[in-house]
Amino acid sequence: MTDHVLSAAKPEKARGLPQINPVYFLLAALIVAIILNNPAFVEPTGYMNFLKRAAPLAILAAGQVYVIVSGGFDLSVGSLITLVVVGSSMLSNNDPNATGWVIAAMLGIGLAVGVVNGLVVCFLKVPSLIATLGMMITLNGFAFMWSGGAPRGYLPDSFRYFGRFNIMDIPVIRMLPVAVIVMAVLGFALYWLMHRTNLGRMIHAIGDNPRAAQLAGVPVNRVRITAFVVSSLSAVVAGILLGGFAGVSTDVGTGYELQAITAAVLGGAQLLGGRGSVPATIAGALTLTAIFTLLNFLGLPQPVRQVVQGLILIAAVALAMYRRKRTGQ
Amino acid sequence: MKQFLSYAVTAGMLLATANTSHAADNFNDPEEFARQREQLAMTPKGPEGQPWAQYLVGKMADTAKYKKEGPATVCFSNAGVNNPWRVVGYTNMKEEVALHPEIGNFVHVDAEGSDDKQIADINDLLAGGNCDVLIVSPNTTAALTPAVEAACQKLPVIVFDRGVQTDCPVTFIHPVGGYGFGIQGAQFIADNVKSGGNVLMLRILPGVDVLETRYSAGRRILDEAGLKVVGAEFTDGDNAKTKSIVEDYLQRGSIDAVWMDAGATAVAAVEAFEDGGYEIPVFVGEDQQDFLQKWRALNMTAIAPTYPTYQWRTPILAAVSILKGEAVPGPEWVLPQPAITKENLDSFVNEKMPPLHYTMCGCEEMPNYPKAWGGNE
Amino acid sequence: MSEIAAERPKSPAFRFRFDRWAPALLLLAAVGIYLAACIVTGQTQYLNWDNLLAVLGRSIALGVTAIGQTFVILVASIDLSVASLISATTVLASVIMNGDPAMILPAIAASLALGAFVGAINGLIITRLDVNPLIATLGVSLVIQGCLSAFVSNFAGAVPVEFQFFAYGNVAGIPFAILFFFGLAMVASVVLRLTRFGSNVYAVGGNADAARFAGIPTGRIVVIAHIICSLCATVAGLYLASRLRSGAPWIGANGVYDLESIAVVVIGGTILAGGRGGIWGTVVGVMIFSLIDSIFNVLGVDAFVKQVLRGIIIVAAVAFYAVRSKRIVA
Repeated sequence: MTDHVLSAAKPEKARGLPQINPVYFLLAALIVAIILNNPAFVEPTGYMNFLKRAAPLAILAAGQVYVIVSGGFDLSVGSLITLVVVGSSMLSNNDPNATGWVIAAMLGIGLAVGVVNGLVVCFLKVPSLIATLGMMITLNGFAFMWSGGAPRGYLPDSFRYFGRFNIMDIPVIRMLPVAVIVMAVLGFALYWLMHRTNLGRMIHAIGDNPRAAQLAGVPVNRVRITAFVVSSLSAVVAGILLGGFAGVSTDVGTGYELQAITAAVLGGAQLLGGRGSVPATIAGALTLTAIFTLLNFLGLPQPVRQVVQGLILIAAVALAMYRRKRTGQ
Repeated sequence: MKQFLSYAVTAGMLLATANTSHAADNFNDPEEFARQREQLAMTPKGPEGQPWAQYLVGKMADTAKYKKEGPATVCFSNAGVNNPWRVVGYTNMKEEVALHPEIGNFVHVDAEGSDDKQIADINDLLAGGNCDVLIVSPNTTAALTPAVEAACQKLPVIVFDRGVQTDCPVTFIHPVGGYGFGIQGAQFIADNVKSGGNVLMLRILPGVDVLETRYSAGRRILDEAGLKVVGAEFTDGDNAKTKSIVEDYLQRGSIDAVWMDAGATAVAAVEAFEDGGYEIPVFVGEDQQDFLQKWRALNMTAIAPTYPTYQWRTPILAAVSILKGEAVPGPEWVLPQPAITKENLDSFVNEKMPPLHYTMCGCEEMPNYPKAWGGNE
Repeated sequence: MSEIAAERPKSPAFRFRFDRWAPALLLLAAVGIYLAACIVTGQTQYLNWDNLLAVLGRSIALGVTAIGQTFVILVASIDLSVASLISATTVLASVIMNGDPAMILPAIAASLALGAFVGAINGLIITRLDVNPLIATLGVSLVIQGCLSAFVSNFAGAVPVEFQFFAYGNVAGIPFAILFFFGLAMVASVVLRLTRFGSNVYAVGGNADAARFAGIPTGRIVVIAHIICSLCATVAGLYLASRLRSGAPWIGANGVYDLESIAVVVIGGTILAGGRGGIWGTVVGVMIFSLIDSIFNVLGVDAFVKQVLRGIIIVAAVAFYAVRSKRIVA
């Protein structure tokens, strides 16, 4: 747990930003609070289960932040998760040998969804909020249309491996969920792509000032489409993990789009573009999951959770804006 | 402004009181509890082996005045097909319609889970649907009452699944009910877990009447049996959340039984025990194939109370009888509500059916079974 | 339908104004498809006065909400809290009334006060704390929904028969709710078109900085737009309480009034970036939504296919307006 946060924080420092992103403090405080409430959390099963649970949202949010930094929103990711789970169960139908091509097919669907989102925004000039809202409704309907309302197959164990399986008998940490490995690898890849490559710089540029970026020779449309594709592909991976963790159901993805945006915002990403960090977004996703876990441990009912989530959301953005104003950026 | 504020404060207090008294009255009714407990043990009347055509209460409604010659138009205002239970049910209904040539035209409108929309749908049907009989599966009980009352003025109405707060429909078709469901599961736990054992209760949502009654009945029986309810959590019917909740409880102590108010997420709950390397406790699920198969594969101690999907066949039978002018059970048509137990489990497990197929569909003998329900030949 | 045009100030005079006519064209297309659907399927019995009223009356709650949403979108803001506010209003109103006709006025007053309060909170969070409107109203929505669910979990209270006039009453053979909706649209359109506040709304939405330099109190305009939006949502909630005869905490969420009201506004040609569009476009958007529902019902379209088509229609309708734009959108 702590390892992850530290490694995530380093690059920020390396770039010489004046302060550490407050989301890391919030996350640390929440973890301490959880441990005080439930000492078993320091056992590997405690924190590994937590990380495993947070993995789908972390990956989803890390993809979402690409679209947010580019200046848009991607509301279609929740339904895409549902489509992935339902579609995989339809295609693989409990055949363990199908897993390989089913996952490839799902990534293909994700690619197509991302490209369509991007094309609609870039060439039909439909704002991404509406474009991806339409995609969200369409994909949800499509998932149900395909399955006739309820998934018609089982997910084989080989498919569920990624979201469900724990590698046991590892020294020190005893167990390591495969989902956590996936999160670490993809999280790093998305971090690298966003903060260490030209593509990442261009995504920041078109989110900051699209006109200026265009004049500077940035292929705005291509970069924007790429951002949507990254988001959609991360949703596919999140769907594979969720389907693996929990099995087939019809409304797996519901609400994940807002949670992903919330996580990015907690991580300091600026809506309408130009600013956002992958590691901080992942920390945001962990923070959100930690909040839910803590409220669960405290035995607080659902309504309280909603109120807390709402207040934290507003407070996080208000604080970020205040800091930004004060530092004169 | 001050006045407004005081209104707001009064309203808040009213809300609080209204809520507590409301819930107590509606969802924990000892008389209804006793009545449903009795009905669970009754021998149904009607054709043997066809529970969808059977009834527990013998009172009949006269329908001679609705008699009509020639092919009829049957209209159906559906709350939605927004969960697998309703998907299976609606398939039952469509297949039942296909068995009746006297139904010339079957009009289905889907309200997609919105009261407002369903009221508009019923208005549409009354305004121009040329319906001879109207079947309504209300999205919620209270809200649909005026629309159903308006429809009753014009044509015979059949209500099923959830009811409405009026007697005007010819009949209201439903299985024994929520208390019955709660009783069956909790009684099984009480019989199989020693007094003082830990029971985790998992619930879908607050506020839904059929689910609240299941809970209150279950809770009553568990408390009476001296079992310890370690928690009653809402899962939103979400597998991932269910699994997480159970994992969290397992970190904090042992669980001897899991009671659920609906089985949609039963397999996820079982997996939490399985994946954590715990022994599977006594389980209450529902009649979904994935749970039945898990139950058999792991040789669990379990029961599956049902809220039978075969009740979707009954409204069509009722509609056909009404158009012939034949009496139907009414104003309430109470269907039997069997539970799946270890004894009859094998006859319900069918690996060719999809995971979320609600098995108590009474559909095995229908012509398009299993294909229409998504099963493999 | 030519009023649509007047909504758009400052467009050059000698040019075919596509966006002036676009909503009307879309409405015409929807009506045409509806007529064709009825005739082709031989269900001409739907083409009567009763059914016209049924179609117009389908989406009153959505329509009233969307009129309010138009104001906030015109100032380049957005309101995702309307659905929870609608739920809260239905419960508040029906609990205060509790079947007693004497409590109708207090209930309406309390509901409107709640609406004004929520709107002001939304507006102040957005203008004073500089929080993105999407996040601000999403947060407020969660808070409202949480507070509401903490108190109530089912239908609560009851609406007296007298109050049911709002949803079920007739005036001269026409449902009161339809007259009310068009009356409200008329008032909103007059406010936007003929008052200084209205022109300020367009100015702030078109270019907030320019408006500020021109001496327009931009913050105040945004707050007032949000208050108007929340008040409209409250009225929609009152209508639903009357229609459903009681209030429950899931009514707004089940009707998806937040996202649908936004969809209706943009289908009516108001642009999300603010400053362009108007009430009559929104009214057209609402009617298109009602017609789509009715067309689906006439054709017996499967519920899932409906969703797929609805998603595509929303995007296509917005593309219909936007595709000619030269701006870079995100």
